[in-house]
Amino acid sequence: MAEIQLKSLAHSYSDMPESPDDYAIRQLDHVWHKGGAYALLGPSGCGKSTMLNIISGLVQPSEGDVLFDGKRVNELSPRDRNIAQVFQFPVIYDSMTVYDNLAFPLKNNKVPASKIKARVHEIAEVLEIEDKLYKKAKNLTADEKQKVSMGRGLVREDVSAILFDEPLTVIDPQLKWKLRRKLKQIHEQFDITMVYVTHDQLEASTFADKIAVMYGGQIVQFGTPTELFEQPNHTFVGFFIGSPGMNLIEVQRCPRGVCFGGTVVALEPWQVDILQRTKSTNLKIGIRPEFIEVSSVASDDTFEAEVLDVEDLGTYKIVTVQLDHERMKVRQSEDFAASIGSRVHLSFPRQWLKLYVDEFLVQEQQ
Amino acid sequence: MQKVQNNKAWWLVLPVFLLVAFSALIPLMTVVNYSVQDIFGPGQAFFVGTEWFKEVLTDERLQDSLLRQFIFSGAVLLIQIPLGIGVALMMPKSGIKGSLCLILLAIPLLIPWNVVGTIWQIFARGDIGLFGWGINQLGIDYNYTGDTLDAWLTVLLMDVWHWTPLVALLCYSGLRAIPEAFYQAAEIDRASKWAVFRYIQLPRLKSVLIIAVLLRFMDSFMIYIEPFVLTGGGPGSSTTFLSQTLTTMAIGQFDLGRAAAFSLIYFLIVLLISWLFFTAITHADKEK
Repeated sequence: MAEIQLKSLAHSYSDMPESPDDYAIRQLDHVWHKGGAYALLGPSGCGKSTMLNIISGLVQPSEGDVLFDGKRVNELSPRDRNIAQVFQFPVIYDSMTVYDNLAFPLKNNKVPASKIKARVHEIAEVLEIEDKLYKKAKNLTADEKQKVSMGRGLVREDVSAILFDEPLTVIDPQLKWKLRRKLKQIHEQFDITMVYVTHDQLEASTFADKIAVMYGGQIVQFGTPTELFEQPNHTFVGFFIGSPGMNLIEVQRCPRGVCFGGTVVALEPWQVDILQRTKSTNLKIGIRPEFIEVSSVASDDTFEAEVLDVEDLGTYKIVTVQLDHERMKVRQSEDFAASIGSRVHLSFPRQWLKLYVDEFLVQEQQ
Repeated sequence: MQKVQNNKAWWLVLPVFLLVAFSALIPLMTVVNYSVQDIFGPGQAFFVGTEWFKEVLTDERLQDSLLRQFIFSGAVLLIQIPLGIGVALMMPKSGIKGSLCLILLAIPLLIPWNVVGTIWQIFARGDIGLFGWGINQLGIDYNYTGDTLDAWLTVLLMDVWHWTPLVALLCYSGLRAIPEAFYQAAEIDRASKWAVFRYIQLPRLKSVLIIAVLLRFMDSFMIYIEPFVLTGGGPGSSTTFLSQTLTTMAIGQFDLGRAAAFSLIYFLIVLLISWLFFTAITHADKEK
């Protein structure tokens, strides 16, 4: 097990990177602590897999350092980093049986035969492929093959970390949930550092204690699922986490707050303070659909809006409203009764109303 | 719905039937026809039954030739298959160097067979051939026209030079078809070079190796021109392989019946062994 540190890491797949767009990863600093279960969450093409391959050593970073327990390992091969990695699509040794597949990494590490047997059976039991152990691996279904692939990653006990690169892509949804639980259990049982790459927020939050959200080759926020939900550090986190994502509205500076169209939204004094000191005109306010309050009566701090659409999702409703020219989503309980076209009054609780300057959250300085 | 009884559809098979008949069946039947007759001249043919077959099977000259043939083909496979795999493994994966290697490898394959024989006949000569002269200069007594072992080695070396590139090219294409993910997984699993070869590369080369083994077996088993040009089958009959024996019999002695019976046996041997190879390799990894 090891603490994995990435220091001012950057990577470009082109030999002569010119613009920042040529970089898959840009100036990234991050620490994966020993024994943690982490998720690396982001849209396709944001550099997640590149980062994983840099950690495992399959890709050499163009700039910056990879440190394992403080020691630079840039030049070490995956073999010498002693790391396990599970790929998106199953990679199995198809001339071998399932047993031999699982035993392969152990045999390569010269683990004694009796121990190999015990360990292989242990992992096979966890993954529920015990009855397939003596089958040829190439006759398995895609699901089973991926389980074998995962098993090979999990079978070694002494690894620095296990990296998962969207390992459940080919697995059907029923089994997905179960396997995720298994991974979590394995983590609790063996206490190995695990980094799990995914673009599915649900997958990330069920697996990981802490999630790193990646966007445009950078980690824009690293926090618990609750932190990501309640305090999105970056507009992208607000938009990407949550379903539907955060309502983000472009605004201008106004006295005592911000405004869009004819609507003036008052902010906290400290927010106004910071707003006054920045020159940027890229200003946004954000509020999650869950936190907008709706009432049928107007008061001082409510805004009148029109109901455009109501989607009933069974246990709650997603209401689309229009405030000035901006559309917003509001999450309401099943008993929300206003009909389409009717007028409602919205209020934005101060603690949930976030201000973003240049896409980053404005935070109160203590 | 009533089923229409109409056998006219059989006519659709006719083109294929004719094609196969003219390309394979009729020539083959001609040979079968010869093999059961003793022909002295036009209109003087006598039916002899299996006489020729019995004679051919007990002919010591043919038995010797067959044995030589097996040794030669065995040696060809034992040398060329591992060597071809080795060359393919060592070739650069891509880029200008890779292309250059491919071109260099392909050259021997493009040379006409009788030219290959001629090249080596001169190349291996002790007086004017660079190879033969060089060997002699090293203090080794080498003379492929006089010494049986030298003749054998020269024929083998020529065949290795001529045909190993085919095996190498086939294996190279097989190796290039292995997805990078397998090497990555092996690297992560800390597999040794040998383990990568044994469990990733070799299993995935299987299909091209089947082709390589079959092609090299059949070709080497039917080798004719190169040794004929190089050694003429000598010294003595030490490098006279089956096809040369057959040719001598059929054309040299005009012994058509015997040659036809021999051809059929020859054909059956090639067929049988190819079938054995194929079944053995394809059955080797069926579920136990």
